[in-house]
Amino acid sequence: MGNRCAVIGVGQTAYRTKRADVSLAGLVREAALRALEDAGLTFADIDSVVLGKAPDMFEGVATPELYLADALGAAGKPMMRVHTAGSVGGSTALVGTSQVQAGVHERVLVVAFEKQSESNATWALSTHSPFSASLVVGAGGYFAPYIRAYIRQSGAPGNIGMMVAVKDRINALRNPYAHLKIPNIDLAMVEESMMLWDPIRYLETCPSSDGAVAMVLGSERAAAAAAAATGRRPAWVHGAAMRSEPMGMAGRDSVDPRAGRDCAADVYRQAGVTEPRRQFAAAEVYVPFSWYEPMWLENLGFAEKGAGWKLTEAGATAFDGDIPWNPSGGVLSSNPIGASGMIRFAEAAQQVRGQAGEHQVAAAADGSRLALGHAYGGGSQFFAMWAVGANKP
Amino acid sequence: MTTQASSASQTSDERVLHVLEFPGGYTRSTGPVIGRFLTGLRSGRIYGVRTPDGKVLIPPTEYDPVTAAALGAADEDWVEVGPAGTVTSWTWVDEPRGDHPLDRPFAWALIRPDGADTALLHVVDSGSKAAMATGMRVHATWRAERTGSVKDIAAFAPGEGPAEVPVLAGEAELEPVSVVTLPHRLEYRLRGGTVWNHFIDGMAVGQIRGTRCAACGKVYVPPRGACPADGLPATEWVDLPDTGVLTTFAVNNVPAAGAPEVPFISGYVLLDGADIAMLVLVSDVPWQDVRIGMRVRAVWVPEAERTRSVKNLKWFAPSGEPDVPYERFEEYV
Ligand SMILES: [Zn+2]
Repeated sequence: MGNRCAVIGVGQTAYRTKRADVSLAGLVREAALRALEDAGLTFADIDSVVLGKAPDMFEGVATPELYLADALGAAGKPMMRVHTAGSVGGSTALVGTSQVQAGVHERVLVVAFEKQSESNATWALSTHSPFSASLVVGAGGYFAPYIRAYIRQSGAPGNIGMMVAVKDRINALRNPYAHLKIPNIDLAMVEESMMLWDPIRYLETCPSSDGAVAMVLGSERAAAAAAAATGRRPAWVHGAAMRSEPMGMAGRDSVDPRAGRDCAADVYRQAGVTEPRRQFAAAEVYVPFSWYEPMWLENLGFAEKGAGWKLTEAGATAFDGDIPWNPSGGVLSSNPIGASGMIRFAEAAQQVRGQAGEHQVAAAADGSRLALGHAYGGGSQFFAMWAVGANKP
Repeated sequence: MTTQASSASQTSDERVLHVLEFPGGYTRSTGPVIGRFLTGLRSGRIYGVRTPDGKVLIPPTEYDPVTAAALGAADEDWVEVGPAGTVTSWTWVDEPRGDHPLDRPFAWALIRPDGADTALLHVVDSGSKAAMATGMRVHATWRAERTGSVKDIAAFAPGEGPAEVPVLAGEAELEPVSVVTLPHRLEYRLRGGTVWNHFIDGMAVGQIRGTRCAACGKVYVPPRGACPADGLPATEWVDLPDTGVLTTFAVNNVPAAGAPEVPFISGYVLLDGADIAMLVLVSDVPWQDVRIGMRVRAVWVPEAERTRSVKNLKWFAPSGEPDVPYERFEEYV
């Protein structure tokens, strides 16, 4: 794993349908300054900047890292941009983590963003190649068949997705940054919402959000200094990994991708996790469509194959369950796509730092257990995950 | 809802014209600093922003490129510069293209307006290359119709002026600029390569062609030039039947330009003899009757109307054969 790496500052913008008051630069800056303030630092203290961004077609800004260097205080410093589709926020955090673990840098600012209001993600996702037929189905149309296949394989009852949708939206009510706040949400409301991409209903999908998230990652020495200056404890990275797989490969399991299983196994090995459900106190997992909770419960080894839905049904993943998933409200409640993965990582860190506010899971803050941050992207093609804890690994 | 404007057509030299155009264009929230600059241009004035160390930046930036400090928060940080200035560097364009700002030869130049410490990239309409020189004096000429864009400056012209700004009708009633819309159009000419060309030649005669990997024996359709699993060339061609099994599907109720009328079924069909399912349209069946495991057959456009296009294969429809048990194709979902 190399040198120890810790999260010493976290900053988020509120997630909204449209942030008309700021430019892209103003948006990323807001998150970056909050992360620096949380770490008790300024741009001058940062050694390296890593920026994550979903496909350029989303906003039509090619190479945004050029344009955003000023806003992120990158003058005279190394700066790079990361892109791994929807998982990019997670991968960006992990690139920054590697720089610290490798001993290259002491303090790294990692930032991810999306201003979805400036374009149309479905259009950007459906720009076909002239060498294949396009059905213009967007992300929902792409993932719906795999959800149907999961339901067929697992025999899950039809209401599991709706239960996730309700759970995550209720959690979002505790999170001041969350985009969707639906105070009286219940199963009936989800069930009555329009079937968009059968079997995905409107209220089982993520919103389109504007927003940004940033973290300051630090070495052991930087973490000690930040804790002394701010009185806030760091979150230590216990395990971190990325995996990819080809999207179109004969025999590929799109319901339960091997890259996801391998990525989790690598993180668990590093972190000494053999029983994820018991050893994690909270998990922030990339669930853009409700059914991906039971699917990822299995893929990440929290449940046996075919049994993920039973954990959801039993309430194990609820805020007061034994393994809360997405206490922040998750991607179903806020989805600035390029940032969504890093938000999962940052929220996991906040849980073990005891900084999650009203959506703090008590057991995550006592130091005895870890929190999981997870992101996936492409057609379930890229995975990025980390396990963080209050104690040094 | 969503609209799609992409198209592909074959050009004579086997390249495919591929156009991507986002209908209506992307929007940009300008933020207060860029917004103030654009609002200034709309009234025929060029504003720069002052950094803490006294430099005046044009175009203004939201953050100091050196210290990363936020700029332009106070009124006194804003400075009107120009309208005359000095050319600091330039290049000549002999043959303007269709999307260039002038239809006659012109110079692209870096122009430092009087009172500014940085230069703006713009156009000098000098009439001839011989009239251009580094250090020459130029002044802005303004369009009568201004929208809050750097193109509100029609061009820079040699000399100190005059610098009259045509009155913009109704300007007093306009809100400050806070959003701009940017049309984007990307045009590619792509070559399909030998594998795709052979595939599309098959499509032209109603034949679905796949490739088989010599190492693992998997049959790919649409064909792949190399096997994604082991990276080896997949050079053996396989003619596949146009029948298969529907492994899974979605019922799409979200209308989109370029997409079929809703509700439509998109699904994965595992052709008989293939090792990977193809994403296709399923039709000629009420959506309520579509099932995982349904046997399907391709529906083609009539022979006389076929072109060299994947669109020859219109969609898949139920073949009427008995359903296939899930266990028989589970690993191909
Ligand atoms: Zn092979």
